[in-house]
Amino acid sequence: MSWLTQTFTSSIGRKFLTALTGLFLIFFLVGHVTGNLLLFKPDEGRAFNEYTAFMTGNLGIMIVRYLLYAAIIAHVLITLMLAYHNRKARPVPYKAAKPSPHVTWSARNMGILGTLVLVFIVIHMSNFWYSLKWGMVPTINYQEGGDIKNLYAVVRDSFSSLPYTLFYVVMMVFLAFHLYHGFQSAFQTLGWRHKKYWPIIRNVSLWFSIIVPFVFALMPLYIYFFRNIN
Amino acid sequence: MNLTLNVWRQKGPHDKGGFVKYEMTDINHHMSFLEMMDVLNEQLVKKGEEPVHFDHDCREGICGSCAMHIDGRPHGPMQGTATCQLHMRVFKDGDTITVEPWRAKAFPVIKDLVVDRSAFDRIIQAGGYVSVNTGGVPDANEIPVPKKIADEAFNAATCISCGACVAACKNASAMLFVAAKVSQLALLPQGKVERKNRVEKMVAQMDAEGFGNCTNTQACSVECPKEISQDFIAMMNREYITAKFTSDNV
Repeated sequence: MSWLTQTFTSSIGRKFLTALTGLFLIFFLVGHVTGNLLLFKPDEGRAFNEYTAFMTGNLGIMIVRYLLYAAIIAHVLITLMLAYHNRKARPVPYKAAKPSPHVTWSARNMGILGTLVLVFIVIHMSNFWYSLKWGMVPTINYQEGGDIKNLYAVVRDSFSSLPYTLFYVVMMVFLAFHLYHGFQSAFQTLGWRHKKYWPIIRNVSLWFSIIVPFVFALMPLYIYFFRNIN
Repeated sequence: MNLTLNVWRQKGPHDKGGFVKYEMTDINHHMSFLEMMDVLNEQLVKKGEEPVHFDHDCREGICGSCAMHIDGRPHGPMQGTATCQLHMRVFKDGDTITVEPWRAKAFPVIKDLVVDRSAFDRIIQAGGYVSVNTGGVPDANEIPVPKKIADEAFNAATCISCGACVAACKNASAMLFVAAKVSQLALLPQGKVERKNRVEKMVAQMDAEGFGNCTNTQACSVECPKEISQDFIAMMNREYITAKFTSDNV
């Protein structure tokens, strides 16, 4: 085995990849939540549609997008491998096992939280990404630049349904818990722990995991309550 | 005080094993948990039954022999305490206490509460030492070590290799143990010579022994009788990745 393969098939190497892909996904979330703020602009989705057209037509962004798909797949596959090893490492469970104090609920349930987030990503992408890429998205013409896809119409259609809106809100709670542990955990794994910076990382981790999913959850709620076509 | 003990009994490595209930009466509050186990064993011997096997040695919290999962937590409910330093006063009259061995694939049960922790020895053999070749005894303070570094290395060196970190971790990971040993030597000038080889070999051995992977729950530090910090795991991660990318081992 070459030294590189050895590094990234070792326990620490795999964790390192999990942390790197996780941090990349965190950066993506910042971009995604910022761009999607355009949904709140009361212009019947014009700014949002123009933003979508820009995001789908730019080569640089296309490369980042494929990196993102790769990061999601890698993050899932590596954590599955780690989880499989972890299962095998304790074949006989304890009869009485109490959680240790100071250990957060999200830290103990990253596997299940991650699985729920993955289920959400699949549903989310099959609705918006799939229909944008392969499905029938109506077009709209704002005169400058010709016909562009009206993804806003798909968004508004989707969040006219209460169960679908609620599903998104609940999923954002799971994302919040996953991020709360994942954010700080990535820094710990990369070895970026120092008594000066660790309290800052923990605070940023807390606020990031509250603010980002909260703003995401506001989007379906806003559309359902204020832009509902029904 | 009166207690009900629910103790794991297993005749040997290949026995299925199971829990056996023992009623304990008139237990003194001031006894340590191990002394209470001695009382149980005395009663069992008098009845002609096989006593409960468990590891113990110094009984003053420094040898790391005693290893019991008590009432759902390694070394019992007190933080920063080994089983031998756990006193019966932390329990209440009428309590039922479940006593189990450490559970990990890398720590197979030998008998009752005794597990084979030689996986730790093999990790140390892989690189947890400073090579000293021939020559006279070096003078004290020949190599200056700053007080701050000495203190930090000592914090790591307080690890008694009891295995509570593995027992506490939901993944049965040995990262805190290996991190403490790697950091202790990497911090000191004497250990710096072999630091890259050391961390590479020790982590490889840790993986080969079948321990799980760290998910940073930090339960290990909470349950460690010496309260070894998570800082050392971060330090080992740095040491490992740096070594992998800069050492001469191809």
